[in-house]
Amino acid sequence: MNAAYAIVALPLLGFVINLVLGRRLGEPVAGWVGTAAAGGSFIASLVVWVTMLGKPAADRVTDLNIFTWFPVAGLHANAGLQMDPLSITMALFVTGVSTAIHMYSIGYMHRDPGFDRFFVYLNLFLFSMIVLVLADNFLFSFLGWEGVGFCSYGLVGFWFQREVAAVAAKKAFVTNRVGDVGFLLAMFLMFNHFSSLNYSAVLGTLVKGHATGLLTGTPGAIDGTTATAITLLLFLGAIGKSAQIPLYIWLPDAMEGPTPISALIHAATMVTAGVYLMARVAPMLHYAHATSWVVACTGAGTAFLAATIACAQDDIKKALAYSTVSQLGYMFLAIGAGDYVDGIFHMLTHAFFKALLFLAAGAVIHAMANRQDMKQMGGLAKYLPLTALTFAVGWLAISGIPPLAGFWSKDAILASAWGMNKVLWAIALVTAGLTAYYMSRQFALVFTGQARWKEARPADVHSSVGSGDGPMGSGHGPADHGAGEEGSGPGLPAVAHEEAEPRDPTWTMAVPLVVLAVAAVLGGGINFPTWHFNFLSHFLSPIFPAATAPVVSTGTKWALSILTTAVALTGLGLGLTTWRTAAHPKLEPNFLRRAWYIDDAVAATVSGPLRAMASALAFVMDTKVVDGVVNGVATSLGLSGRALRKLQNGYIRSYALGIGVGLVVVLVYLTFRTGS
Amino acid sequence: MTVPGPWYLVLAAVLFSVGATGLLVRRNILVMYMCIELMLNSVNLTFVTFARMLNDIGGQDSVFFVLVVAAAEVVVGLGIIVAIYRRRSGATADDISSLKG
Repeated sequence: MNAAYAIVALPLLGFVINLVLGRRLGEPVAGWVGTAAAGGSFIASLVVWVTMLGKPAADRVTDLNIFTWFPVAGLHANAGLQMDPLSITMALFVTGVSTAIHMYSIGYMHRDPGFDRFFVYLNLFLFSMIVLVLADNFLFSFLGWEGVGFCSYGLVGFWFQREVAAVAAKKAFVTNRVGDVGFLLAMFLMFNHFSSLNYSAVLGTLVKGHATGLLTGTPGAIDGTTATAITLLLFLGAIGKSAQIPLYIWLPDAMEGPTPISALIHAATMVTAGVYLMARVAPMLHYAHATSWVVACTGAGTAFLAATIACAQDDIKKALAYSTVSQLGYMFLAIGAGDYVDGIFHMLTHAFFKALLFLAAGAVIHAMANRQDMKQMGGLAKYLPLTALTFAVGWLAISGIPPLAGFWSKDAILASAWGMNKVLWAIALVTAGLTAYYMSRQFALVFTGQARWKEARPADVHSSVGSGDGPMGSGHGPADHGAGEEGSGPGLPAVAHEEAEPRDPTWTMAVPLVVLAVAAVLGGGINFPTWHFNFLSHFLSPIFPAATAPVVSTGTKWALSILTTAVALTGLGLGLTTWRTAAHPKLEPNFLRRAWYIDDAVAATVSGPLRAMASALAFVMDTKVVDGVVNGVATSLGLSGRALRKLQNGYIRSYALGIGVGLVVVLVYLTFRTGS
Repeated sequence: MTVPGPWYLVLAAVLFSVGATGLLVRRNILVMYMCIELMLNSVNLTFVTFARMLNDIGGQDSVFFVLVVAAAEVVVGLGIIVAIYRRRSGATADDISSLKG
């Protein structure tokens, strides 16, 4: 099992090498070092996985202690790794997708002044993510949890010269902190209850409890209230990290980061950490029915809300971001319904097709010289055949068209939702239709119809939504553009693209696209529902409490599948026909464009009452009351000192008089005391 | 003829009052110093008187302590007074008030 250490160590090694030598290695060596680290980590994961498959299902959990992190009275926090089917599944897809995106970034970040810094962050992110999923206790996981948060901050604000990016990074960080409070409190509660934070100690007893049916009375047993409190607090953390209502607002803004970051961190891996956490505590969730309902409802609500918003976004990356929020909602719906395997299954397939979509979108943005407004694209299928093909695969996969990956996972979740609650199922079904619709809209706007980008004047380019995926003044343009644009602002190469037609990306970007496209086509196979080939279910079953997923009969499943596919196809057709021919369409209702005004509402609340409250606290409460008390103490002491110093007049006779008077007083007191 | 004990006590009280009053009203440091000695010795007198009246040797013990302390005090006090007289001519106690608050 020594390969397990390599999974963690290689990204750390890559990080250190790039941190120390990155600037000297330069481009593209720094990128290849990072890619090699990620790839090596992936291979190590494969080795561990194959070894694990060779063992009987009961012996697949191994705990590797690296060192004792800090021993404090009663709390032994270890830096330890837990290898079990769930963590290795996570590690496999994290390192796999990561490797592809590292490689893609070499092409995408070409000629960026921060090339080496990018890979430093990327490897540190990978390391943190691995720690998060492989740790054997909550505290060590939390280290990774914060690590990925930090890297997300650094990478969203990668082009920090741009105000928007810096603000978005701050927003992401602060919003995540809100959720982290929940995680911390949950850990306190768990330690209070179990005197340990190890997964095996906290969850192991619960798993045994499932078998015997014990809820209370035995050591380590848990009552429903505590389980609900802990899981709800953990879910708060998950909401922050995985962008669910009401803390999803940071994710669309996080699209200010470079596109590979959007693909890796804000679509495939980091945002799924919350789903992983909830799946990890599945044994406890088993005792907390209230939490399960909260999780399912939040998931379904977020899935629907984000899907509606995605229907009206013009920015190619923002639309995908809302789509990510929506798909994460599906995963939480599955977790809430007790169908943990399909939550993880959808996480995997989503990682494939969403990473693919983002990378393809990145290729489009590159080809369009940093333009991101879909209304100014169109007809690109002719110029970017490979990108169009791979994007189409992602589009059909996320829309749930059989036999692509998304169909199998989404279908399974819908079946579980049906088994749990018909209303949740209906919401999820509508969302499935919306998903197909907005993805078709996106595909139609970008790749079909008239080539609207030909008419766009440079002035339009500058005013376009979120224009500029590049840093101010660094000339981060397509790889195949001449050196002449060095020093030009974002989106400026409009002149250049009139000369050079949009082209498919270089091979370092193309290979990951193709690899992920294949994964998005075949990914559903890992949990193929019939012929007893549902590998993932069998593989993960020792981790999750038995028989929690709602039972839905095969006939119903067939009917639901057909219905879902029909809805998806309807959305697909509607989206294509509406947007394929439209020249400059503006059909979206304004409230959807503005994302239900939720961001505006938050902004208004923060800048209105909250700001007033803050300034009241700062300028009235703090300066008057708090400072008043502090200064008052000092002033009163000074005044009394000034009064008392008059006694020290330097005349011996007055001191002598004082002694005499004092003596008399003492004598009088003693006399009368003894007398009475 | 023996003098009754209370007379000694009265004498001691008178001596103490004279010393205390002198300490409070006189300005000359040397005189103030003598007043302190007067007060100390009036106390000694009461100690000896009570020792005789009560037939207890403890009172005379205390007198020895007071004498020793007074001698030590004279050494230090006179040294300070001499030092002051060297720095300024004919100082009164009120002039030496540079340590006032």
